[in-house]
Amino acid sequence: MTAEKFKDSKVSFGAIFNKYGIVFILIGICILMSILSPAFFSVRNLTNVVRQVSIIGILAMGVTFAIITTGIDLSSGSVLALVGVVVASFSQTQIADGQPVGLIMPIFFSLIIGLGLGGLLGGINGSLHAYGKIPAFIATLGMMTVARGLALLYTAGRPIGYLKESFIFIGGGSFLGIPVPIWVYAIVGVISWLLLSKSKFGRYVFAIGGNMQAARMCGINVEKTLVKVYAYAGLLSAVSGILLVSRTAAGNPTYGLSYELDAIASTVIGGTSLAGGVGSIPLCVVGALIIGVINNGMDLLGVNAYWQQIVKGFIIVLAVLLDSRKQHKK
Amino acid sequence: MDGEYTLEITNMSKSFPGVKALKGVDLKVRKGTVHALMGENGAGKSTLMKILYGIYEKDEGEILFKGTPYKAGSPIEAIRSGITMIPQEISPVPNLDIASNVFLGKEHTFAGALSLVNQKKIHEETAKLFAELNIDLDPHLMMKDVSIANAQLVAIATAVSYDSDLIIMDEPTSALTEKEVEHLFTIIRKLKEERNISVIYISHKLDEIFSICDDVTVFRDGEFIGCNPVANMSKDQLISMMVGRSMDEFFHKESAEIGEVLLSVKDLSLEGQFSHINFELCRGEVLGVAGLMGAGRTELMEAIFGYTQPDSGVIELNGKPVEIAEPRDAISYGIGFVTEDRKLTGIFQELSIKDNMIMPDVPSYLKAGLLNNSRIKNECQVQRESLQIKTPSLEQLIKNLSGGNQQKVLLSRWLLMEPEVLILDEPTRGIDVGAKAEIHRLIGELAKMGKGIIMVSSEMPEILSMSDRILVMHEGTLSGEVSGSEATQEHILQLATGEGINKEES
Repeated sequence: MTAEKFKDSKVSFGAIFNKYGIVFILIGICILMSILSPAFFSVRNLTNVVRQVSIIGILAMGVTFAIITTGIDLSSGSVLALVGVVVASFSQTQIADGQPVGLIMPIFFSLIIGLGLGGLLGGINGSLHAYGKIPAFIATLGMMTVARGLALLYTAGRPIGYLKESFIFIGGGSFLGIPVPIWVYAIVGVISWLLLSKSKFGRYVFAIGGNMQAARMCGINVEKTLVKVYAYAGLLSAVSGILLVSRTAAGNPTYGLSYELDAIASTVIGGTSLAGGVGSIPLCVVGALIIGVINNGMDLLGVNAYWQQIVKGFIIVLAVLLDSRKQHKK
Repeated sequence: MDGEYTLEITNMSKSFPGVKALKGVDLKVRKGTVHALMGENGAGKSTLMKILYGIYEKDEGEILFKGTPYKAGSPIEAIRSGITMIPQEISPVPNLDIASNVFLGKEHTFAGALSLVNQKKIHEETAKLFAELNIDLDPHLMMKDVSIANAQLVAIATAVSYDSDLIIMDEPTSALTEKEVEHLFTIIRKLKEERNISVIYISHKLDEIFSICDDVTVFRDGEFIGCNPVANMSKDQLISMMVGRSMDEFFHKESAEIGEVLLSVKDLSLEGQFSHINFELCRGEVLGVAGLMGAGRTELMEAIFGYTQPDSGVIELNGKPVEIAEPRDAISYGIGFVTEDRKLTGIFQELSIKDNMIMPDVPSYLKAGLLNNSRIKNECQVQRESLQIKTPSLEQLIKNLSGGNQQKVLLSRWLLMEPEVLILDEPTRGIDVGAKAEIHRLIGELAKMGKGIIMVSSEMPEILSMSDRILVMHEGTLSGEVSGSEATQEHILQLATGEGINKEES
């Protein structure tokens, strides 16, 4: 009886480790960092890590949806930049020296416009992919270049400053002692998790990624679902853009360069398969935190920035390597 | 007695998490014989073959191959030791010619750093091999232009070219016509008689077992049931060994009352697939659709379901014409479709049984915009019990189920929607006798409830025993319609091969 019980618990531990191994890796890295640097394990530093992670983390959730459908979103960094400068231009104070770039309007409206623009650009990605039958890689690669170009054009290549205090609060303020970006990250996380795991939309996303033909045979509107996936990814890019601009108090057209790659890395470290049909929002958060903790830890340890890149590259490949070994072991 | 057996497997066991797939089975294959390996789906046949082929590792047991202990760590090792497997679905390289496919991985090359392939030599050797095996194919033909039956023969030639002592054939005839099967058997006989090669022959088709095999081993639920020379056995004995039940329990179709016309198809055509198809389906009716491979049956069903668009024609439901542009339209009209190819158009491998079941009808399981898990569980549980789906849990990924159980899940997917018309394309292909009987029972029940069932099938006994009416297709046209009670195998075959068309009433 007891022996049987022991055996059972062993099996379930193995299963848990297989499924959530990446969580243990995150805990392991945290313990290691705490030992190496006493400054690491403090409320202040950990809050800082999560706040820094939030921008990429939010992008990564949109990317997770796209990757589960066997797609990808390369445009998230550029859409972030374009939305950022547009929202910034509508959120300037009246007393800027010289002319404001855009029309000044209440913060609420500029946010709505920003989110709408992100959703629209994402929707274009999705339509090109779903109805135009272009691979998502190409459609979003095009958008990546175009959105970046538009951001540079719109600002004539210069940053947009003199932003309203109320706008800056979004990225810089705190609520109940927790920075607003962390709140936003948490809320977006919960909504994304509900969408992916508990809603009709999420079932369809998994179905399309797992077997597109069978999804059609089940009466799923594949094209419409794909458009929604990319529109949602675009919307999340806009959220990140707003956070980044308000945190730095400036809209810069060069923001978010290669953020899409960090977002994809977070997603993949979180166990989302590029082959589609598999993925999870909580693990995507864990993936983003791993990247954030490593970045932060290496900063604290004073690791040279060039080395940081090399280490990060190794960790991405290692995480996926572990995952694929796990998949093949039977 | 030394050397009587090519392969001796004793007391082999293998467990997967939650399942004991093999419980100490034996398999002894004599030299130069064809050995049938039979059993329902989930009996452990594939698991044993995968161990033999180095895909799985055994837990316990012993394998002697040609008298010496054998262990393969990968298919390549298995092939090098003299065991080749021809899977059910062979996947040759379409853009290489036949000879290059036969010699793939063991090309004759010229000396030099580039290792250029000696095309002339591989073509000559392939031609020689084909001549010895009576295979009439041009080695220069591109593989993509080769029929499934011929690709099967190429696979056998490839196995022979490895100097294999043992060839495993998994359902080699599932895509072949009778004539092609005969040709295949001639070649198999040549292999055993002239080359002393042993064959493990996995099939669900009893007729084939009795015409080609020497011995038969039966597994059931991972256990060894028995091994006998085929000559000493009857079909009924073999079936009862496989299922532990007798033949009488199969093929029961209770007659249902035939009601008004539910679906009518008028002059439906799709270029290159089928033309001018007219038929009606009534409530309570099981309409069998017979025909040879490539007769356009599946294509017709796909067009009715909206998966493809017909060029012309009208589909009417309850007397009213309906527009079906996509499968979702068909579903909204109450049509369900269990497709022929489970893997390609049926299951979502990475999703749970539960999710696979509810997929066509997700919106009806929502509560405040989110999935209502307890309702989903309850309804899926009812299906699981009524169809006797064997699984430890509804959360189990569908890819971990046997073929028969996967098919039951796909069936319950549509049952949950309570369709008016249910199209079943080869509903029992490649699944075991027990699951087959349950699916047949279910079809009967659905008809009794007043549903209309269209059943495409290539298995004569199934068509003959289940159908109220049988449509026969030949090269894209309806070549005849027979009433289920009057139909004979011969008559249907005549119509399917195009011989009986003139005799049929106009």
